[in-house]
Amino acid sequence: MSAERRSPLFLPAIYVGGLIFGFGLAISGMARPEIVLDFLQFEDFGLLFVMGGAAVVTGITFAVATRSLDRAPLTGREYTRRLKEFDRNVVVGGTVFGVGWGVSGICPGAAYASVGIGNYPILWAIAGMFLGAYAQGYARSLGTDSTESAGDASLDRPT
Amino acid sequence: MVALTLSSAIDASITPSVALAEFFPRGILPYLLGGVLVGLGAAVVYLGTGIIAGASSFLESTLSYVSDVPRFNRFTYVRSRGWRLVFTAGIVSGAAIWGLVSNPGIWTTDVQWWRLLGGGILVGVGTRLGKGCTSGHGVCGVGSLSNTSLVNVATFLAVAIGTAQLVQALGVTP
Repeated sequence: MSAERRSPLFLPAIYVGGLIFGFGLAISGMARPEIVLDFLQFEDFGLLFVMGGAAVVTGITFAVATRSLDRAPLTGREYTRRLKEFDRNVVVGGTVFGVGWGVSGICPGAAYASVGIGNYPILWAIAGMFLGAYAQGYARSLGTDSTESAGDASLDRPT
Repeated sequence: MVALTLSSAIDASITPSVALAEFFPRGILPYLLGGVLVGLGAAVVYLGTGIIAGASSFLESTLSYVSDVPRFNRFTYVRSRGWRLVFTAGIVSGAAIWGLVSNPGIWTTDVQWWRLLGGGILVGVGTRLGKGCTSGHGVCGVGSLSNTSLVNVATFLAVAIGTAQLVQALGVTP
């Protein structure tokens, strides 16, 4: 945080980005569990175009920015790709998420967007996500000592 | 000659469009347009700030406001919780704008509450344990050609398809 100076336009840019993101989720139907379930049950393959279209746009953006752009104007951060370390949790977490997505037809971003289209029953799903995130955080806190948080924080600090 | 070419082109397009209607009963355009906009939203955040936004870290970072559990109070979550709230508010408002301009009136799901709650709990556990969700791994991670993300996406897609088919086979609707 100390090395990062945030422009006054930082939060407005985040908000506008979220706005476009949510508008896209609503148009695509991802905000409606029924449409997601239709995809998972092989009745409508449209969602392939949602994830594919989005990944192509971010892929081009990341490739151009990491190769030919300097630092991000609103934070001074370097442009990087999203690369997370692989471990067993990636597969276990993906499996648990997959069961949840298959049961409910809802994933986090789409659930927030669903609130925006007035779908109040989706609050069940959002409450569930907070409960699940809390349960796993609590369980993992029991199994780790305080050095982990210090280590993670230093990794995340801009150099 | 032009007319002939045109009509044969139309003839040729009939057979594929039958197949398309079968696999894409609601068409392709809203999906593609929506996907491109999702990518653009992430690109706006990224180009402006260098931040690669995912939607599920919001759960942990927001829990840091109300919980003392060390996991949620790591520097990375406390530092990002403010903008993650703003990002999520943006997602809600963006969808609300779409609802207002294109589809007057609220829309509610028929999927039963216990499916939403139970599925939501598993989504909360799984996305946090697995380091990301459909936006973090599925859009930004795949866009980064990250092997970790590709494995995660292949896993959750395959499992979700199997689960949804099983739920359907058990006769649970909606």
